[in-house]
Amino acid sequence: MKNAVGREIPEEILSLTGKEPFQGNNYKEGVPFQRSAPTVHPVMDNQHSKIVQSIREALEKCNAHDGMTVSFHHHFREGDLIVNMVMNEIHNMGLKNIKLAATSLGKAHEAIVPMIEDGTITSIEASGVRGKIGEAISNGKLQGLAIMRSHGGRVRSVFSGETKVDIAFIGAPTSDEYGNLSGTGGKTNCGVISYSAVDADCADYVVAITDCLVPFPNYPAQISMTNVDYVCVVDAIGIPEKIATGAAKPTTDQRKLMMAEYCTQVVVNTPYFKDGFSYQTGVGGASIASTISLTRIMEERGVKMGFGIGGLTKPMCDLLEKGLVNVLMDTQAFDLDAVTNIENPNHYYITASEYANPFNKGAFVNKLDYVILASLEVDVHFNCNVVVGSDGIITGAQGGHPDTAQGAKCTIVICPLLQGRIPAICTDVTTVTTPGESVDIVVTDYGVAVNPNRPDLLEALQKADCVPLKTIEELRDIAYSITGTPDPVEFEDRVVGIIEARDGTIMDVVRQVKPL
Amino acid sequence: MEIKKAAVAGTLESSDCMVTVEPGSGTVELDLESAVIRQFGKQIRKVINETLANLDVTDAKVTVVDKGALDCTIKARVECAVYRSNGITNNLPWGGAIK
Repeated sequence: MKNAVGREIPEEILSLTGKEPFQGNNYKEGVPFQRSAPTVHPVMDNQHSKIVQSIREALEKCNAHDGMTVSFHHHFREGDLIVNMVMNEIHNMGLKNIKLAATSLGKAHEAIVPMIEDGTITSIEASGVRGKIGEAISNGKLQGLAIMRSHGGRVRSVFSGETKVDIAFIGAPTSDEYGNLSGTGGKTNCGVISYSAVDADCADYVVAITDCLVPFPNYPAQISMTNVDYVCVVDAIGIPEKIATGAAKPTTDQRKLMMAEYCTQVVVNTPYFKDGFSYQTGVGGASIASTISLTRIMEERGVKMGFGIGGLTKPMCDLLEKGLVNVLMDTQAFDLDAVTNIENPNHYYITASEYANPFNKGAFVNKLDYVILASLEVDVHFNCNVVVGSDGIITGAQGGHPDTAQGAKCTIVICPLLQGRIPAICTDVTTVTTPGESVDIVVTDYGVAVNPNRPDLLEALQKADCVPLKTIEELRDIAYSITGTPDPVEFEDRVVGIIEARDGTIMDVVRQVKPL
Repeated sequence: MEIKKAAVAGTLESSDCMVTVEPGSGTVELDLESAVIRQFGKQIRKVINETLANLDVTDAKVTVVDKGALDCTIKARVECAVYRSNGITNNLPWGGAIK
């Protein structure tokens, strides 16, 4: 059956998962559902201790069993030690058929590949996967399906009970012996632990793992003791220099600087750029450069931002320090400046649900004016692909891409026309992760294209005459004239992964790649 | 042209390719490794074979490690390797065999 972005979703996948094909962004608006509730083991005896001596003891006390679902957060990014630490112990216990439900998985977790091959882990849910885990899934090594969800979509899934977490493991930079958790104040800080909040609310058992036990009460707590069953102290939960590096040096790449300048011109010449506007951007070189050039124009014109949100970086924190933004809403820190800037009273911790969950009563992304995003590929229907490489192998993550793209009034995707020989502007993306209806403007080094369903934005940019305007087809044609038309990648029939839309419908499927 | 000795052109930088030619055993034998083989493998082989044919190379072992080079780059690297294998590095036939 073809879905609303023209992707064929096989009947057997629809019946296997009980899911519907994607029907458009607001299909589930107002459709009621029952929230999931956890099984709770109450603590009322004042002699009760939550401290366990080892991960093994935590697993045993939480009734670890074959076929269970365990969850993790990814705020420690490439410096994470928690996933491997827990999965090794699960492997040592000989448990099988585990569903690994992480908020994201990266190169730090390649040690789990043998556990995929030997059937310890048989399904994976994550924002995305990279490196050898992606290769293993794309080569058909995972027995079950990999489900890739956006950050908001993941909260929806746990919230609604579709993902029923048996044990949530929350790496916490600081914890007290009763499980009040925070992302700061320890030796392995990540700033915020926003993605874990829903796991703390909805998992049957919640285990905090920390390398810095602090006196009770650890306040303000990002995760409350009221949701935490056990606290395990280990030597190290992460490698600090791989969690948050120093701020990325502003790029000197002329191509990226040009795209950043185009992007800034687009922002300041569209109608939402006025005092109190809201804004989110990513961590790519061009995105960071565009925040820097936007700052200059905001200072010149005396325009202040109302709120900035997202995964935060130094240029966003600089806006706060300069008084150019009223508040920052933080779900993830991408550099050390963002980690330490949480001390600023106008820099707030928010949960992933508050950030982007489509199944609550309104999330921050719905209030965004602008979001600046990147993409591996954009096609002539403005569909974006941020998960599957042009070679067909899973290599990225949805992150907040589909959430913010749908939420923002003006969604700008910055994408160089070519990534090496790969035309990033193409006829059909390898896999759709964000639907074209969410994407308003595409900025490339060869010109700027406006989605035809936004004539208002096109008119504003034509009037301003500030950037070279092209149609998306013109951009695709320029790309193909340089690289040649790529052959379609060949896949096997077997579906190895699902790209889930925010609302739980199926946006696209990922198939096993053919061996070369 | 005859491949007289082993010769190399190009680099392993992104958007370049490294071409090695060696004396063959009667035919053109091509070994291709490419970062974009799934999308451009056929096109890259075609460009290499056409470039060799233009230079009348019929007996060679050719190894190409491609890092996403465009056709013009691949052609130039193949031509350079073939001329180097003949010790020709000056007075190249621009506009003639090399177009």
